Amino acid sequence: MSHVTQAPLGRPPVALAPTQPVALRINGALHSLNIAPWTTLLDALREYLDLTGTKKGCDHGQCGACTVLVDGKRINSCLSLAVMHEDSDITTIEGLGTAEQLSPLQQAFIDHDAFQCGYCTPGQICSAQGLINEGRAKTEDEVRELMSGNLCRCGAYSNILTAVMEVLDNQQAGLPAGEWSAGAARPHDAPAEAPKQ
Amino acid sequence: MNSFTFTQAPAVAAAVQDNLAHEDAAYIGGGTNLLDLMKENVARPTHLIGLKKTGLAAIESLPDGGLRLGALATNADTAWHPDVEKRYPLLSQAVLAGASPQLRNMATDGGNLMQRTRCYYFYDLATPCNKREPGSGCSAIGGYNRIHAILGTSESCIATHPSDMCVALAALAATVRVSGPHGERTIAFGDFHRLPGDAPERDNTLEPGELITGLDLPAKGFEKNYSYLKLRDRTSYAFALVSVAAALELDGDTIKDARLALGGVAHKPWRDPAAEALLIGQPATADTFRRAAAQVLEGAQGYGHNTFKIELARRAIVRALKQATEMTQRTDDNAFLNSNP
Ligand SMILES: Cc1cc2nc3c(=O)[nH]c(=O)nc-3n(C[C@H](O)[C@H](O)[C@H](O)COP(=O)(O)OP(=O)(O)OC[C@H]3O[C@@H](n4cnc5c(N)ncnc54)[C@H](O)[C@@H]3O)c2cc1C
Ligand code: SF4
Ligand code: FES
Ligand code: FES
Repeated sequence: MSHVTQAPLGRPPVALAPTQPVALRINGALHSLNIAPWTTLLDALREYLDLTGTKKGCDHGQCGACTVLVDGKRINSCLSLAVMHEDSDITTIEGLGTAEQLSPLQQAFIDHDAFQCGYCTPGQICSAQGLINEGRAKTEDEVRELMSGNLCRCGAYSNILTAVMEVLDNQQAGLPAGEWSAGAARPHDAPAEAPKQ
Repeated sequence: MNSFTFTQAPAVAAAVQDNLAHEDAAYIGGGTNLLDLMKENVARPTHLIGLKKTGLAAIESLPDGGLRLGALATNADTAWHPDVEKRYPLLSQAVLAGASPQLRNMATDGGNLMQRTRCYYFYDLATPCNKREPGSGCSAIGGYNRIHAILGTSESCIATHPSDMCVALAALAATVRVSGPHGERTIAFGDFHRLPGDAPERDNTLEPGELITGLDLPAKGFEKNYSYLKLRDRTSYAFALVSVAAALELDGDTIKDARLALGGVAHKPWRDPAAEALLIGQPATADTFRRAAAQVLEGAQGYGHNTFKIELARRAIVRALKQATEMTQRTDDNAFLNSNP
């Protein structure tokens, strides 16, 4: 147990709000919180645990900015209550890689300039990780369809698609994950290029 | 969101008990519709009952050759279950045509049946709506009603049921299993959702406190000739304007058995047995399909912005039946996608 929190970080406690204990396993660490039952998983991450990599876009399940992985499956954390996740294993963007050792998707997003403002990016990457875990999408059309829950208002879609396809192609070619992230293998159809503005 | 208490029910009986013990309790499945409505203050339960530990997530074969979908099975686990893909591909296709991958990972099969209309006025607390506030009036009749119903409407409500999954379940003649204060019962799928009549606040025939425990699919899955055609404003991540679930059993060119259900056109998934009867025994030709389509739309009524749906539905039925006959929606390599050629 690493945290016992009763008010959002840096704010006064909410008056008269009945709280409920919940233990959340996030990125491998167990956090015990006392929170109001109406706290969404997204608000628990951002406001109580300072895991602000996960973004709030629409707060209504429409944009995908809040995507996290629960037991390896992607969900919208804005439409889920923290108290519903007592026994879940939650992975956020902070848990996918480290600054020294980026995950293959994180590296591919950088290599292919798959973002502009970056606001949708943590959700895009968590969603793409969920897509890879599902093992259903193989072609570009399938990736487009199965990434449709993540909107990008900057319109970085074509580079996001290239980045996701690179990781999928590398995975299908059987390259171990550790070797993709170094940029060892570039897919035939998508040569590395200088970032475009 | 208003304040509420939350308990995780350990079993079905405890969930029902807990519901009876509270004034305004609600079950919560994935939360993708309920929490959305609570954030908008359209739903204001004071107590939520979690269902994750009730042991209702399994998908299992039945002795009669059918398949039981647990109420807590997620939409994604259902669509990608090997038995559903193989024996009920119409259902797979319909589920995958709805929402997004994230939402399908959260949404449960029970919650999908119970999702409420997407009528804009239902969501807007500043406008009258008989479904939200009985007796206040219907803002969609005479208002903006592009997404609204053309069949089975009433003077009090012209909302549609927004589910894709339910259209396939209607065509496949599923049975809803329910547990409640007075024990267990089953409801034929066609009797589960209601028409608005003069009580549009009631979407379905569940009694207070009743919990959906599962859905039974009959053995016959129409896995050889089927199509779920969904027409919408963009080709992904949007609700249907009109959708058609078509399933055929063919003997050469002759239709031996047929199922036809529509989404986006009524307060409930709209299955039409009279249209099915016009298909059975007939050759699988465009003329036959047009006759069935005319039957479905016979009593259709437009309200202005949505009048286009009548012709759209007519054409969608003909195309879906043609696709089911020829299985042309599977000619591309995205076998699992609803590609709407
Ligand atoms: C952005 C967005 C896009 C969407 N697009 C589509 C689409 O294109 N097509 C489509 O079909 N759907 C779509 N949906 C709707 C989605 O499919 C539903 O929200 C989902 O199926 C509801 O399931 P749930 O488990 O999350 O229900 P919840 O939100 O948990 O519950 C919904 C209702 O059901 C009740 N309930 C839940 N489980 C039970 C049970 N076992 N017994 C009795 N009552 C129960 C709850 O009390 C509540 O009233 C979309 C949703 C969103 C947010
Ligand atoms: S159509 Fe139904 S849900 Fe929409 S405003 Fe009218 S009464 Fe309300
Ligand atoms: S913030 Fe959750 S989907 Fe937009
Ligand atoms: S990079 Fe700006 S929203 Fe996607």
